[in-house]
Amino acid sequence: MSDTAINAAKPDPGPPVIEVTDLVREFNGRKVLSGITFKVYKGETMIIMGGSGCGKSTLLRHIIGSLKPTSGSIKIFGEEITTMREPELNGIRKRFGMNFQFGALLQSMTVGENVALPLLEHSDVDPSIIDLIVKMKLELVGLTGFEHLKPAEISGGMRKRVGLARAVALDPELLFSDEPTSGLDPVMTAVVDRLTEDLTKNLGMTAVVVTHDMTSAFRIGSRMIMLGTAERQGKIIAEGTPEEIRNHPDAMLQQFIRGEADGPIPLKLSKDDYIKRLIG
Amino acid sequence: MKDYLQLTASIFYWLFVAPFRGQMFSINDTFRQIVRIGVQALPMASLTAFSIGLTLAMQAAHEMGRLGADAYVPDLVSLTLLRELGPLLIAVIVIGRSGSAVTAELGTMKVSEEIEALQVMAINPVRFLVVPRFLAMLVMLPVLTIFGNYVGMVGGWTICHFNIGMDTSIYIFRCFDRGAPWDLFSGLIKSVVFAWLIITIACHFGLTVEGGAEGVGRCTTNSVVYSLLAMLIANAILTALFFFT
Repeated sequence: MSDTAINAAKPDPGPPVIEVTDLVREFNGRKVLSGITFKVYKGETMIIMGGSGCGKSTLLRHIIGSLKPTSGSIKIFGEEITTMREPELNGIRKRFGMNFQFGALLQSMTVGENVALPLLEHSDVDPSIIDLIVKMKLELVGLTGFEHLKPAEISGGMRKRVGLARAVALDPELLFSDEPTSGLDPVMTAVVDRLTEDLTKNLGMTAVVVTHDMTSAFRIGSRMIMLGTAERQGKIIAEGTPEEIRNHPDAMLQQFIRGEADGPIPLKLSKDDYIKRLIG
Repeated sequence: MKDYLQLTASIFYWLFVAPFRGQMFSINDTFRQIVRIGVQALPMASLTAFSIGLTLAMQAAHEMGRLGADAYVPDLVSLTLLRELGPLLIAVIVIGRSGSAVTAELGTMKVSEEIEALQVMAINPVRFLVVPRFLAMLVMLPVLTIFGNYVGMVGGWTICHFNIGMDTSIYIFRCFDRGAPWDLFSGLIKSVVFAWLIITIACHFGLTVEGGAEGVGRCTTNSVVYSLLAMLIANAILTALFFFT
């Protein structure tokens, strides 16, 4: 079958929701992201994975507009955000939700007030309806009845789930999650995964998830990218569907997926490298 | 310095321009901050003002008593408090108690990603966090100063009445006869300027914290030191403007 015939069989994914092109970011001359290029389409769950320090969270912070790249382009909903001023960027930000790694809840507010905050700021919904929405969102993440507690009075995993409830409070078109399941027990991991799946598959939301959790990644991901470390620092070393990633020939990727202690990502340095690092 | 000036300009925008474009700051938060920054500082400010009034009167009574000028102790107490020590000492208390707390709170919010979370939710941190604190400080420092002035005078009365044996009505009469309205107003103008300096410096250091708990501690110390320096320099300039020109 010709390429044209294969392409014709695939449904048109439409314009990309996120389009990152040749993204480079340097910190003090050190390249953390190096020529990152990928697209995310509507309804997809894109998984960004990679070892510690590979630049996953930095990449996410560029996509949400918290950091500006050294060079390259980031388009969200077709609009270039790297050159946008704050008021224009806020227009885009109202259309997505972000679930931070440690929740990033406002400590001075209760759980309920945290979830209600985006609604109070960006909608004209009646306060009694907001109360109802807050209860619904907390119910989604298994935290019914916790709305009157302060973030300091709940566990780290609960805070993370409140962060997710807050991120989806405005029913955004796009959801970013930074390590949504780390520190959660297996049941809650499954709850959060199911919620992400429901949002993407049933409601057409697009999700970008940064994770180390391979079970969760393969459960919810529709496409994945793996960022490299060491000499391949900040580069995409593999991209594809979960099946393509599982069968990818890259040894570093396979070591990462299987969670093996030693391999191309070395457990210990060789004797020569160790001495070289010590004495320069 | 550039960041500090940008923050000040941003406060002006969110305070005077944005409300007319439908982006109002929170009045509820402003009242909450008024309670935290001002009302809760009342006991400490009162105690300080009372002890200063008491000390001033003791020193004055001791020295002026030798010249037979006991009657002028209330004059000295009221003038010193209204023009200089009232605004200055209340500002010192507020820097130590409320300015440092604002820096530490905003700094902790910065390192725990709360401020980034606000930005990502399209909520401007200056409108949401800084403007209510700015307004609260601008309202409450002059109020605390007026309150402190009169508590200080009560401290002076304690010595004049129980030590010198001055009649209460004479003490009150001399205090208000010598202290002209301008003396009170000059002190209030000073306290407004101090409030401005204290809160902008505190918020600036809080919002620029880097490096976790250590950074919060460093910025809180810097905030207190720079606030004190700025306040003392401003005090000297204002005194020169008001009474030496």
